[in-house]
Amino acid sequence: MSTGGETAKRDGTGLAGTENPAVAITGLHKWFGEFRVLADINLEVARGERIVICGPSGSGKSTLLRCVNALEEFQRGEIVVDGLVLTKDVKRIDAIRRDVGMVFQHFNLFPHLTVLENCTLAPIVVRGTPKPQAEATAMALLARVKIPEQAAKYPNQLSGGQQQRVAIARALCMNPKLMMFDEPTSALDPEMVKEVLDTMVELALDGMTMLVVTHEMTFARQIASRIVFMDAGQIVEINAPEPFFSHPQHERTKLFLGQILR
Amino acid sequence: MTTLDAPIAATPRATVATSAYVRTAPAPSLVPPLTSVGWLGRARAHLFANAVSTVLTILIVLLLVLIVPPVIDFLFVDAVWSGSDREACLPTAARPEVGACWAFIGDRFAYTIYGSYPIAERWRVDVFFGLLGFGTAWLLWLEAPRRDLGSIYFFAVLPVLTFVLLHGAPAIGLPVVDTALWGGMLVTIVVAAVGIVVSLPIGIVLALGRRSQMPAIRLLSTLFIEFVRGVPLITVLFMASVMLPLFLPETWSPDKLVRALVGIALFSSAYMAEVVRAGLQSMQKGQYDAAHALGLGYWQSLRFIILPQALKVTIPNIVNSYIALFKDTTLVFFVGIFDFLRTIEVARADPKWSTPVTSATGYIYAALVYFVFCYAMSRYAARIERRLAVGDRR
Repeated sequence: MSTGGETAKRDGTGLAGTENPAVAITGLHKWFGEFRVLADINLEVARGERIVICGPSGSGKSTLLRCVNALEEFQRGEIVVDGLVLTKDVKRIDAIRRDVGMVFQHFNLFPHLTVLENCTLAPIVVRGTPKPQAEATAMALLARVKIPEQAAKYPNQLSGGQQQRVAIARALCMNPKLMMFDEPTSALDPEMVKEVLDTMVELALDGMTMLVVTHEMTFARQIASRIVFMDAGQIVEINAPEPFFSHPQHERTKLFLGQILR
Repeated sequence: MTTLDAPIAATPRATVATSAYVRTAPAPSLVPPLTSVGWLGRARAHLFANAVSTVLTILIVLLLVLIVPPVIDFLFVDAVWSGSDREACLPTAARPEVGACWAFIGDRFAYTIYGSYPIAERWRVDVFFGLLGFGTAWLLWLEAPRRDLGSIYFFAVLPVLTFVLLHGAPAIGLPVVDTALWGGMLVTIVVAAVGIVVSLPIGIVLALGRRSQMPAIRLLSTLFIEFVRGVPLITVLFMASVMLPLFLPETWSPDKLVRALVGIALFSSAYMAEVVRAGLQSMQKGQYDAAHALGLGYWQSLRFIILPQALKVTIPNIVNSYIALFKDTTLVFFVGIFDFLRTIEVARADPKWSTPVTSATGYIYAALVYFVFCYAMSRYAARIERRLAVGDRR
């Protein structure tokens, strides 16, 4: 399967493999039934770039992320992840998902597995990593998110912040080229938001390519390479953090920032 | 406590000592009232908490007094334990009250286990019971070594061994025993075991089929499930035994027992499918999302993420189905198969043991045996449930 993926990658680009953008989205449209959730989305994410996507609820931010790793289907347009064109082919989808880590609002840890098993399952089953090696990697990553001592516990025994950090470690265990965060702190108690954001900041400083949907504007200002503002399924504005906050170009952006930055 | 006293006592005492009394040790706690602890307390809390509960307690005690002694008299005190025919269990002038005729069960015990299986070949059935018991224990004992080998043994080796043993293989010197001669507990266990072993995998496949994205598969699964659930088991059994031969070539006419097995397996699979589907539906979408996002394919997600959780929540219902299935095996009676209950029916009609208490004794024996099996399943399920609940513990 992996060899198929490699070949396809070369086919997809033809030249200069390392110069691929991490993600290239062109002309993306998506409908839920009659309702259009995404309209003509164009976005290119370079390697090492950290994109923060914000916007009012229902603007299609989460749906956009979920299209990138094929958790949602789209009807028109093209998504290319690291040179691989996203098609309906199951093998292609699996190949892309292997390289794209995702962290969810509600953690979605596997409650019947321990923290360590949560982290090692996919490397062992999907990548065929030997168990001792997968466990060593998992322990190193759990140490990186600062909860190695919880490895033997079950997710329900941890706090929300700890669970979300496990979810980050679990995604990192697949050694992804891109990490996507879908409102990772929205379901957390306020005192736990910081520990998760700190983990994400460290990840950003390490050079991880990140696509983050969040309302944490301080975090966005701190780490974002560019901020994408979406409304009603469209990208309204893309800008670097400094001009985005000081001189928003569009009325809708101003309105949104006015509501969110009190 | 005493360590805590030290600093408090040390500093303030010098200044406060003259004006106040400082306690240096905690006061002994009051002894709880005698009526709230021990057996007296428990009795008050659970049996005589208020007027209604007191009345109920008294009524239940009266009922027990009314029922228990006669039952004990019948089962043990007045029971007949030995004898070779009905004379032993007939009321006489010297003994007007005759209890359970256990002598009858003792005499016909072998028949209720083996049916008409030839006496010289019954060791084969005993070996089968031994192999089955071994396999079951290996599979159900969760700390057993090499449980992977255990399941290979149980699901691949055991069925073949069973067929060779029970049916016979003239090539290796085991004469063929026609299934018409099989009977008693042997048939009940074979039917129940086949039903139990076959219904779960087929049920899972049907449940997945019913939730499939592919319309043809979904339609077929739904049709099968709804059709089988819409008819009584006895109808399925009649159809299997009467109609199955019509569909199959004459040369490959399956025997009566196999037809009944197919009927039972199909019937219990349909019910199992609905049980499993309920479990699948209880899964949150996030679990699928997370599994897929990690790159797990459909079958990998099912095997490692979805089924372990879905089956866990359905264990009580699965075992419920198994218990129902075990008791439903008695219906093979109607397609002419001598299961355990049928052998008791036959035995109690035997003029050699015709007494006023023969039928009652036979049915009590049957009830006890069915109860032991079903209760064991229920207890085992409860244990597994507690064990698997570990992930839910906070």
